Amino acid sequence: MTASTRGDWCLQPMGDRCLIIAFESRIDPAINERVRGLADYLLAHPIDGVVDVVPAFTTVALHYRPEALAGEDGQSPYQRLCAALEEMLARDTPRSSGSKRRVDVPVCYGGELGPDLAEVALACRLTPQQVIDLHAASPHRVYMLGFAPGFPYLGGLDPRLQVPRRATPRTKVPAGSVAIARDQSSIYSLETPGGWNVIGRTPLRLFTPEAQPPCLLAAGDDVRFVPITREQYDAEYRGRS
Amino acid sequence: MTIRVIKPGALSTLQDLGRVGYQRYGVIVDGAMDEWAHRLANLLVGNPETEATLEITLIGPRLAFEATAVIAICGADLSPHIGDREVPMERPVVLRPGNVLEFGRRRAGCRAYLAVRGGYDVAPVMGSKSTYLRGGFGGYQGRALRAGDVVGIGAAKSGDGALFAAPSPPWPSRAIATAGRQPPIRVVEGAQWPLFSDDAQRAFANTEFKLTPHSDRMGYRLEGTKLVLRDPIEMISEGVSFGTIQVPPDGNPIILMADCQTTGGYPKIAQVASVDLPVLAQMMPGQTMRFELISLDVAQRLYLDREREFRRIRESTAQCSRES
Repeated sequence: MTASTRGDWCLQPMGDRCLIIAFESRIDPAINERVRGLADYLLAHPIDGVVDVVPAFTTVALHYRPEALAGEDGQSPYQRLCAALEEMLARDTPRSSGSKRRVDVPVCYGGELGPDLAEVALACRLTPQQVIDLHAASPHRVYMLGFAPGFPYLGGLDPRLQVPRRATPRTKVPAGSVAIARDQSSIYSLETPGGWNVIGRTPLRLFTPEAQPPCLLAAGDDVRFVPITREQYDAEYRGRS
Repeated sequence: MTIRVIKPGALSTLQDLGRVGYQRYGVIVDGAMDEWAHRLANLLVGNPETEATLEITLIGPRLAFEATAVIAICGADLSPHIGDREVPMERPVVLRPGNVLEFGRRRAGCRAYLAVRGGYDVAPVMGSKSTYLRGGFGGYQGRALRAGDVVGIGAAKSGDGALFAAPSPPWPSRAIATAGRQPPIRVVEGAQWPLFSDDAQRAFANTEFKLTPHSDRMGYRLEGTKLVLRDPIEMISEGVSFGTIQVPPDGNPIILMADCQTTGGYPKIAQVASVDLPVLAQMMPGQTMRFELISLDVAQRLYLDREREFRRIRESTAQCSRES
């Protein structure tokens, strides 16, 4: 496997039309900031042939068209892309990208919209209200979007709320469901199967295909969950465009 | 200029070369499973290869053409016909108003691609006409075709449709193994290849894997020797793509296909060479496959060779349409 290391990142091929830039393999806000900084830089300074820049927790995937990176010098498209990246990153160090903005996400916790709240409380030896308070007070930050369009992986969950995924995933989790598993929170952006513990639901739309950008949240956003009542939820849900 | 859907078939969706540029939002790529057949079909009717085709799975639809149209069908042979006349594949065919295109017995392959000159008149979503079934957007109203749907045909952008005078094609629909053994699926090592046990590496490279019925546009689940890691590892989700072969803890590999998620958290044993993805797209559940490891260099050379071949075909069809 041709992998090369430069500074705190290394390049790895993933097949013949994708390459992964990998930082230290640890879920950590500082590493994730480097990842986002690099992804933002690559979006602002596009390399010919690269069609998708996909930041994750500790990596940036670059999907590319090999035919756009072919040459007569005997170098493979992968080698040419690596060379272009190395030259670019030797010249200029993308800055770490800190928090971009804060987004308040209203949530109606518990009840039929948050069917796992009681179970989570029991597992954490807390009352449901304490779970709500701790979740709303946690400093959530979007590490990445994945799994489904607009689905955010949020770090920052209060350690007292760590619970494993559900033993049996649900076949359908409604869009807007606010859920936790291990040390992370998320919000289901579409109705999909899912195994996280659903503790509430937001009336906000996480993903709107026609919008630009199509997602409510972006990697790097700070998110604060704001408890609302069922009446407020219903009113906001009805009122959304 | 419309097509009326009399019967939708098993799963007929509009697909193009995918919704690229939005994966950072978690938006999956979608697109044709057999890119080669898709591109060829478009080329034969004079469309850009980025135009949508109708991806037809196993059981074809019955479609009434309400205006003159030029079509081409590539990929799986699902016995296309009009009345009792067979419709030839891999060449442009002119349909008259009132013609009803139907499909019959599956002769080879799994997915056919129906291109129509001028393309399908649906609005692109995020730059693509591909249907994202789970997300419910793109393509025709975000879903597979249903009986009663009326799909518009776009206006051809150039030329006058002389293409249908093209001679019979000098190119094979190579993705479909016609007789005898299926050629091995060529793969390059994945990032976690070295972390798999010697037995797992040997089994992966030397034994057969069966495509299970739990296989669809999102992923192909395989059955065979269980592939185990030397030591358990904690993976952190990162980018994956069409062709990534990942191995969940049960040891049964999954090949991610066109509708795969943008990121995944299972160890990646290998990645299918892009040129062999069409072969996979045409495989049926129950069929077996072998893998052959090749270097990244070779995979990229094969890829560039295929692009050259595509250009050659494009030039030869352009030539035909000029001469006719």
